[in-house]
Order: sequence, then structure tokens, then C-alpha cells
Amino acid sequence: MKHLISPMDLTPEELSELLSLAQDIMKDPERYRHVCDGKKLATCFYEPSTRTRLSFEAAMLNLGGSVLGFQSADSSSAAKGESVSDTIQIISYYADICAMRHPKEGAPFVASKHARIPVINAGDGGHNHPTQTLTDLLTILELKGRLDNMTIGLCGDLKFGRTVHSLINAMVRYPGIRFVLISPEELRIPAYLKEEVLDEMGIPYKEVRSLDEVMPELDILYMTRVQRERFFNEEDYIRLKNSFILTPEKMKLAKEDMFVLHPLPRVNEISVEVDNDPRAAYFRQAGFGVYARMALIILMLGLKDRIPQA
Amino acid sequence: MLNIGGLHQGVVIDHIKPGQGMQIYEYLELGKLDCCVAIIKNASSNKMGRKDIIKIEGPIQVNLDTLAVLDPDITLNIIENDVIVEKRTVRLPEEVTNILRCKNPRCITSIEQELPHRFRLTNKEKRIYRCVYCEQKYKETNI
Ligand SMILES: [Zn+2]
Repeated sequence: MKHLISPMDLTPEELSELLSLAQDIMKDPERYRHVCDGKKLATCFYEPSTRTRLSFEAAMLNLGGSVLGFQSADSSSAAKGESVSDTIQIISYYADICAMRHPKEGAPFVASKHARIPVINAGDGGHNHPTQTLTDLLTILELKGRLDNMTIGLCGDLKFGRTVHSLINAMVRYPGIRFVLISPEELRIPAYLKEEVLDEMGIPYKEVRSLDEVMPELDILYMTRVQRERFFNEEDYIRLKNSFILTPEKMKLAKEDMFVLHPLPRVNEISVEVDNDPRAAYFRQAGFGVYARMALIILMLGLKDRIPQA
Repeated sequence: MLNIGGLHQGVVIDHIKPGQGMQIYEYLELGKLDCCVAIIKNASSNKMGRKDIIKIEGPIQVNLDTLAVLDPDITLNIIENDVIVEKRTVRLPEEVTNILRCKNPRCITSIEQELPHRFRLTNKEKRIYRCVYCEQKYKETNI
């Protein structure tokens, strides 16, 4: 694996290797303490994303490596007009691996074409965010013990939510997956995803307008934020938003072993009273993200043989 | 109708949508060629009613198949020594560089001007090209 630009860059084999490595790290993190000794991760963040950056940095530090980098465009050379391809060629001399976040779609791809070190896309505009998808998959695998044969509810902004699109693309590779798509009319998933992915592959799905009616059938509920500015008018937003807010009352309708995921940050789409429910897994999910990134860094740096025997 | 014969060596770009001949002319930068170029507008066509035709005398360097991206109905007649040696439709290229422009304001090409605009053919039947950077579908309206 040279670079990770799109979640679909990973073959099913590479993905399963990565997920089992992440699970192994979770079992015995101490054993991985020095796998990346002497290696440096550059976090090149052309827009701020504190959680993603800290998750990458924690991952590298946990492995014994060190980190350097910049955050936000004006603190970097981009403000002086340097191109992404020039920047990455220089970073290639400073670090062993780079995680790049950029507001423009395709910037990490451009970087990967000029880099002499592996480039990880840490989010490019509304386009791809592959390490979020890895985090989501690891979370589902860890909580449910499998990635196949389940009903996944996706709720909120399914039109613009890239994490949702990537998760759909990743999950359709496993047998027995069914989707329940819960969103307001205005924010339904794009037609191309329905036609080119779900219909094309014969994946069962249904589209509904409220959470209540479908809660009992879900194995996973993936919540996303519904942003006010996506609505044509304030009335629609106020009228609709409650249908997509997860409350303890709605949780009562769900299975005992249903888990709630959210890419975070949350605003008000999950009421804070849900946090104490053992099925609320979104904070644990953020923790799993560090392990997914640790496994990714090890594999991309080709350092598997540095892992001590158990 | 005007006679399109008389080419000793060259190419006839036929079945251009009526009115688009000039755009094809500009796109191929035929104005920069020294050789003889003719544009025939609104010629009558059995197939299309009306069509435009471009006739170019002499060898031409451009890959004419890129025209398929702009107008898939175009046909090419290659002429050598006064005879049509090849008559074919244009074939959609797998990838095109600097022919289509990405119009996605969130695409990296919107801020880095020196990047080539590259599109890849992702669906042959539906003739869908996607930007290699942002993967946005090219929406065809005009050239
Ligand atoms: Zn683009």
C-alpha cells in the first residue's frame, strides 16, 4: 500500500489485514510501543481539524515515533502561494509519512503523485476521508464481532455526508448487508449511489423519514449532523429536525445489542442523555480511530517485522 | 451541396452537429495550421438533416478521437492519395487531458492553475467522465 487517498484504495485483503492488526494492537498496545522508533509523521493540515490531527499524532506517539506539522492554511506556505506538489516534495525530506488535510478535493491525490513518502488523505473537502471509514469499520467489527449480515441505519444528512457515502461503499463488499436510510426528503442519498452502487449490486435498502419506525430493526445506527444551512427555510428545519434527533425514548425501541455511531463532532442530533446508554459507542469510536491509524501507519511504513512476538 | 471531394491527403471531420463546426475549429486550433482548411456549415445530411463538416488538407497531429468527448456522432474520413482509406466514428478516449475543464469550485484545480485538467472515462455506455482529482462527473453542455 503506497498511499491511502480513497477508502476504496484498499483491497478487501489489505483491509482485513489492517483491521486485524488494529485489533491486535488493542489487545496489547505495549508490544507496539517501539515499532515506529525513529520515524516521523508530518501532519500537513491546510485547514484545522483538531480531532483528526490529534488522532494521527496520538497514533504515531503510541508507536514510539515523533510528529511535526502545521495546521490551517495561513500558518503554512500555501498562504505564500506554494503548490501542494512543491510542499510535499519538501516534506518528503523532513518526514517518513504524511497525513494531509486540505479544503480542496483531490489535493492529497496531487501530493501522492509527487511524494517520495506515503501520503494519507486525512480529509479533502467534501470528498474522501478514508481513515474515518477505517475507524467506522473497526468500530463495527469490534462491537459486533463481524462486518457481514447486518442492518445498518444511516441517519441525518445523507446527501452531503461523505462519511456516509464512504461507509456505504465499504460495507457493500460484505455479504448480507441491508441499509435503512433515514433522512429528510431534501437530504436523501445521491442518485448515483443508489443507481451505481446499491441497485447495481442488488443491495437491499429502504428510505424512511423518521427514526422511530425503524429503530427495532437496526444493528448499527450511524448518526450524522443535519446542518441548518442545508434547508431552504428555517421552518422546514425546525419542523424536521426532531425526527432526526436521537433521544432516550427512541433508544427504548432499539435492540439490546444495537450500537450508535457518530463521526463527531455532534451538535444536537444525539441528546446528551443518550451518552450514558451502554449502546452509545461514539466516544469509543473516536478511541478506535487511534488504533486504526496505528495499524495504517505500521503497514504503510512497512514496519510489520519490527513488531515483537507475542 | 458543396463538394467535399478534392482532398489529395487529409481528413474530413463529418457529421458535426450543425452550428458546432466553428467550435471544433477553435478547439483543434485549426487557425494555427498553414494548410488548407474548409468549414462547411449546414450541409444537408440524410442522417441528421443538417450537419457541419470540416475538411483539412495535409497531415494533422492532434488525436482526433478526443472529439468524441465533445460530440460522439462525429465521423472521420481519412484520405490518402485521393481515396478514403478509413471511415470511422470517433472512439471515446480512456483519459483526456486539458480538453474538459473541471468546474467544481471545491476541486484542487480551482486554486492550482498549473495542474492539468484530467478526466477519466468511468462509464462507457453512459459516456461519463470524472475528474481524476475530485471525481466529479463532467456535465456536458458545451465545449
Ligand atoms: Zn475536479
